[in-house]
Amino acid sequence: MNPANYLYLSAILFSLGAVGVLVRRNAIVMFMCVELMLNACNLAFVSFSRINGNLDGQVIAFFVMVVAAAEVVVGLAIIMTIFRTRRSASVDEANLLKY
Amino acid sequence: MSPFSGALAPAAGEISAAAATGTFTQMWLLIALPLLGAAILLLLGRRTNAWGHWVGVLMSLGSFAIAVSIFLKMMQESGGNRAFTQHLFQWISVGSFQVPFDLRIDQLSMVFVLLITGVGTLIHIYSVSYMSHDRERRRFFGYLNLFVAAMLLLVLADNYLVLYVGWEGVGLASYLLIGFWFYKETAAVAAKKAFVVNRVGDVGLSVAVMLMFVTFGSVTFEGVLASAPKASQTSLTLIGLALLLAACGKSAQFPLQSWLLDAMEGPTPVSALIHAATMVTAGVYLIARSNAIFNAAPTAQTAVIIIGAITLIMGAIIGCAKDDIKKALAGSTMSQIGYMVLAAGLGPIGYVFAIFHLLTHGFFKATMFLGAGSVMHGMNDQVNMRRFGALRTVMVVTTVTFFAGYLAILGIPPFAGFYSKDKIIESAFAHSTLVGLVTLVGAAITAFYMTRLVAMTFLGKARWPDDAHPHESPAMMMIPVSILAVLSTVSGFLLLHNNWIVNWLEPVVGFEEPVLGFNVNILQYGTLAIVLISAALGYVLYARRPVPQVAPVGSLLTQAARADLYGDAVNEAVFMRPGQYLTRFLVWFDNKVVDGAVNGSAALLGGLSGRARRTQNGFARSYALTMLGGAALVIVALVLVRL
Repeated sequence: MNPANYLYLSAILFSLGAVGVLVRRNAIVMFMCVELMLNACNLAFVSFSRINGNLDGQVIAFFVMVVAAAEVVVGLAIIMTIFRTRRSASVDEANLLKY
Repeated sequence: MSPFSGALAPAAGEISAAAATGTFTQMWLLIALPLLGAAILLLLGRRTNAWGHWVGVLMSLGSFAIAVSIFLKMMQESGGNRAFTQHLFQWISVGSFQVPFDLRIDQLSMVFVLLITGVGTLIHIYSVSYMSHDRERRRFFGYLNLFVAAMLLLVLADNYLVLYVGWEGVGLASYLLIGFWFYKETAAVAAKKAFVVNRVGDVGLSVAVMLMFVTFGSVTFEGVLASAPKASQTSLTLIGLALLLAACGKSAQFPLQSWLLDAMEGPTPVSALIHAATMVTAGVYLIARSNAIFNAAPTAQTAVIIIGAITLIMGAIIGCAKDDIKKALAGSTMSQIGYMVLAAGLGPIGYVFAIFHLLTHGFFKATMFLGAGSVMHGMNDQVNMRRFGALRTVMVVTTVTFFAGYLAILGIPPFAGFYSKDKIIESAFAHSTLVGLVTLVGAAITAFYMTRLVAMTFLGKARWPDDAHPHESPAMMMIPVSILAVLSTVSGFLLLHNNWIVNWLEPVVGFEEPVLGFNVNILQYGTLAIVLISAALGYVLYARRPVPQVAPVGSLLTQAARADLYGDAVNEAVFMRPGQYLTRFLVWFDNKVVDGAVNGSAALLGGLSGRARRTQNGFARSYALTMLGGAALVIVALVLVRL
């Protein structure tokens, strides 16, 4: 199979994630969309690794996974705290930090 | 231009000097003693109130004693070897700019030192009694000592920068003493005026010093004056004119004359010491000291003569119209210093006589000022001569001493002024007939206003206010005045006896015998006749006829003279008003343009920031959109660049 197809898929997934982040209000869903974007990137890295025939992309994919895992820990904790105080996970309602 | 300019070189003064030894090494004490006195009186403050004035007198007297001992020692030296310098310390040492703090005493400084300390001591003693009712007498003596120290530094300096220190010092002391009764608004304003006008002259001196350093690479008398004949005509003329400006400020010469009349707000001993006998003659000293520069710069010399001639007539005219006895005397001082400046402008035929007249004037003008002080003392500080009259009956000593000064300033033989003023008139005629006629007219007007002054004060009928009980002043005041009166009487004859003053000063300032186209005796008798006629006119007008107690309106000239010939009005219209407009414009410019630019840019930036802040709206999703847009832009930019 043409390795470029993986890249197309990666781009479609990334776009889906990005649109999800922009249009959804629920913090959990947004969060999942962010994960989708990250994993779209991972797919692109691995595909490039395959296309170029070296392991750099795969190594970076692991790094991204580690970062994503750490991000989940911090992000979920924040979302939990917000939900506890405001009884809502809508990001639009958490808008106090502004001009 | 002087017909003698071809023979200038041999007549010019010598400037070389030997290092001081023996008695001469005490010359620093001349300055140190009064300075110490000032320090004690001003630093210890009220604790010295009880005995402070005696410290002042003692320090001045000590300085005079040292001056006399140095003078006696100097007499024993031969003519060319009477100049001595003393190195105190290196003051400024920057690259090629070396200024040692050196003192110098030679024949010229010597006569000044004797005049300053001698007359100064007499006036100190006079002031002990004159100021005895003033609670601030101690401060007065502190300032007087400060003045004596500064004036001695001025005449003992061996370079123009040290001279400048003394020059500023006397200006400061003059300011403090004019404003001694600073709670009177007129006195405070007069002091400020004197300070500001003097500052204009001081700019001249500082410019002269800078020009000297540029031209000669040195500011010492020896470095400047010895190489003056070799310098270019332009620089010498510029230096000469700058020095003349300095002299105008300090000596109240036209156009910087306006402060002297107001300076009479100070206590009368101050008027006698500073504004008649010593400080105001510093300009004449400066010109005589810088004789080598002026000898080589005929244009500057002509300017000096013109300034002297204008002031001589101006002062005399002002003196005719003033009813305030001190202001009339101040006009006379201006006029007499005009004589000296004019004589100094004549070159080697005049320097000696300028200094000679300076000395005799110091004596007779101090006599008359102190006499005026004595009159004021007896008349409850009244200065209006229209309320005097017939004081000869109650103030005999004052009248007799005042008449000695009066006859001296008129130039009646054998009083002092006869010798000194006649010599100046003679030199002026030797220079040119026009200048000679100006001095002659000045002498005539002098005789008129001085006769008016004594007639209104001592002769005629009494016009005293009801509460006045005129009485003779105490001996402590009248003894110094009597000594000065004796000096006014005999000093001219003594100093000119065997041409002593000429021989004495010639090594420093140079001398040439003035050559007249006609017999000297004609001039002398002519002058005397003119003076007597003028004095008789004054006598008839002011002693025979009754003097109205309220001044009549008078002619246009009288009105102008009462207004100091509109000197203040001119200053106000030409300098003060435009200056005020300029400062107002600058304030406006600062507020609107400078501050406007600064504040405007700040406001602009602040406004823009306020607008930009609105993008931080608190919605996480809009931030995400911004980031996405930004990322997209970056990618587009990268792709474009790659292409």
